[in-house]
Amino acid sequence: MSTILKAPLTVEFPFTRSLGPVQSAFLTGLRERVVLGVRAGDGRVLVPPVEYDPVTAEEIRDLVEVAPTGTVTTWAWNHEPRRGQPLGAPFAWVLVRLDGADTALLHALDAPGPDAVRTGMRVRVRWAEERSGAITDIACFEPYDGDPVEPAGHSGEFADPVTGIVAPARLDYTYSPGRAQTGYINALAERRNVGERCPSCRKVYVPPRGACPTCGVATAEQVEVGPGGTVTTFCIVNIKAKNLDIEVPYVYAHIALDGADLALHGRIAGIPYDQVRIGLRVEPVWTEGARYPDHYRPTGEPDAEYDTFKELL
Amino acid sequence: MNREIAVVAFAQTDHRRTTDEFSEVEMLMPVLHQVLERTGLKTSDIGFTCSGSSDYLAGRAFSFTLALDGVGAWPPISESHVEMDGAWALYEAWVKLQTGDADTALVYAYGKSSPGSVRDVLTRQLDPYYVAPLWPDSVALAALQAQALIDAGATDEPALAAIGARSRTEAATNSHAQLRGSVPQGEYLVRPLRTGDCPPIGDGAAAVVLAAGERARDLCERPAWIRGIDHRIEAHGIGVRDLTDSPSTRLAAERAGAFERPVDTVELHAPFSSQEVILREVLELDDSVRVNPSGGAPAAHPVMAAGLIRIGEAAARIHRGESDRALAHATSGPCLQQNLVAVLEGDPR
Repeated sequence: MSTILKAPLTVEFPFTRSLGPVQSAFLTGLRERVVLGVRAGDGRVLVPPVEYDPVTAEEIRDLVEVAPTGTVTTWAWNHEPRRGQPLGAPFAWVLVRLDGADTALLHALDAPGPDAVRTGMRVRVRWAEERSGAITDIACFEPYDGDPVEPAGHSGEFADPVTGIVAPARLDYTYSPGRAQTGYINALAERRNVGERCPSCRKVYVPPRGACPTCGVATAEQVEVGPGGTVTTFCIVNIKAKNLDIEVPYVYAHIALDGADLALHGRIAGIPYDQVRIGLRVEPVWTEGARYPDHYRPTGEPDAEYDTFKELL
Repeated sequence: MNREIAVVAFAQTDHRRTTDEFSEVEMLMPVLHQVLERTGLKTSDIGFTCSGSSDYLAGRAFSFTLALDGVGAWPPISESHVEMDGAWALYEAWVKLQTGDADTALVYAYGKSSPGSVRDVLTRQLDPYYVAPLWPDSVALAALQAQALIDAGATDEPALAAIGARSRTEAATNSHAQLRGSVPQGEYLVRPLRTGDCPPIGDGAAAVVLAAGERARDLCERPAWIRGIDHRIEAHGIGVRDLTDSPSTRLAAERAGAFERPVDTVELHAPFSSQEVILREVLELDDSVRVNPSGGAPAAHPVMAAGLIRIGEAAARIHRGESDRALAHATSGPCLQQNLVAVLEGDPR
């Protein structure tokens, strides 16, 4: 069996999130170097603030300014910072109860080493130079041995409140399609289309997944299908996708390859888009050096009889 | 609403660091076949199917629909999915059986952590406004909890190391486990947690079959009856919680009837050694109880399946006659945020 294929895969998305009144006040406050909490039903001040009481689930929005100084309630030494974390050099993760708050905020503490950190130590906020209204407006905490800073009693009202954040997320993977799909992709590179036959219902699946979705049993018997096939249904695409170099309108179709019991997807070209029809006979076209067919084109054969593909619609 | 429902079969993969050669459905299918074989049921006989998994592990959307190929999801099928550990899928199946709409259920769960970096992947389940932008990884959050326990005098680093060592010694007889026997305690990953305090990263799957009433007795010689099952959640802000305690576990255990009579076997889902300290305290476990005879999460931790495996392992001991009353626990989220407790019993012998 050929080597299992692998390829890097990055999933990246800028999540755009709107803020409610409490989160808006908190994050706007950070932009203005003001830390706000919210008073819960039991009188506790929650920092960071939430919109619903964690005990009663009542809506809460009684904002209270707390100090930028506080006390470490627990910590963990991170000697190998990972991508996206607040500091590039080794740092301590800390939960900090700010003066005036009853709950703790998670952030990073800039300290020379684990021996310089302990639960109960006093710290203060180090503000980021450029602030936009995000939790990262706090660059980190730093050790502090001065007096508590008295908050000014800010109301939580700001002239130009932040109403949303953009939270970019990125995860990196090494994708492997597994045995069955590796076989399929490798065959395509040799300009062959292969499926797998179910040992139970005898149907041939293309592309093969290694399992028969009807019978729930493993498939392994490789079967060459095509190269010709029949269009079983299609649509005309009129909107161009970003970075796509195919001119619109184009036709995207379900194609039942000869010998297959399931239609696969493919683009139809080599014929005006408004002349594509159900029953059209097509064949794959590989461009020079390509590992998979670029599109399917008409073979010039007469259209297939409906009865020959009606089970594959 | 009080139907007798039991776990009648359990199967799991050999959990391994990587399984590149298999797609998710290829990894899962042998386990599905095994668990059905043990009951003599076919997929078409199953009244309800429920699965647990996470798209973020594989990095592809609706990945559970591809895995469904492994059960022959041909209409008509009554099927559901939770984007959580399979223990919660089992809870959903238990509710479905309680309604009387089905007499049997197939529950499965799987996770392939090997394609990505699970420490980073799990940051995406955190509060997206205040926490996720800082990318605190799963080990870092567990380390904050461990340090809180050390500060409270509840444990220390040697005691934590002993928990991991005991688990992996127990796993020596578990051929499915990823880490077995003596494993070095290793360097700090995030202090105070060392490699040996953290779960192995790996791929795996598990499945159970549930059945109600007489159906369970037909399918299994000694069914593992679910006497009680409950799950509870705590505030999502970890700075709001007392990290040295787990009130949600205590409440779930109470509601599941765990404290009514002693149990002889416990399967705890404590991925980090420090979490076992908390769970033993809130579940009032002393040294007379066998905890994690399978080796537990420190020996194998396929994310999304590890909690279901705790229920499966506890049930399997009852099936084999090695336990009469067992407690199984599953957790989800950072620092024991969500907890599920099930109490299982075998018929009197």
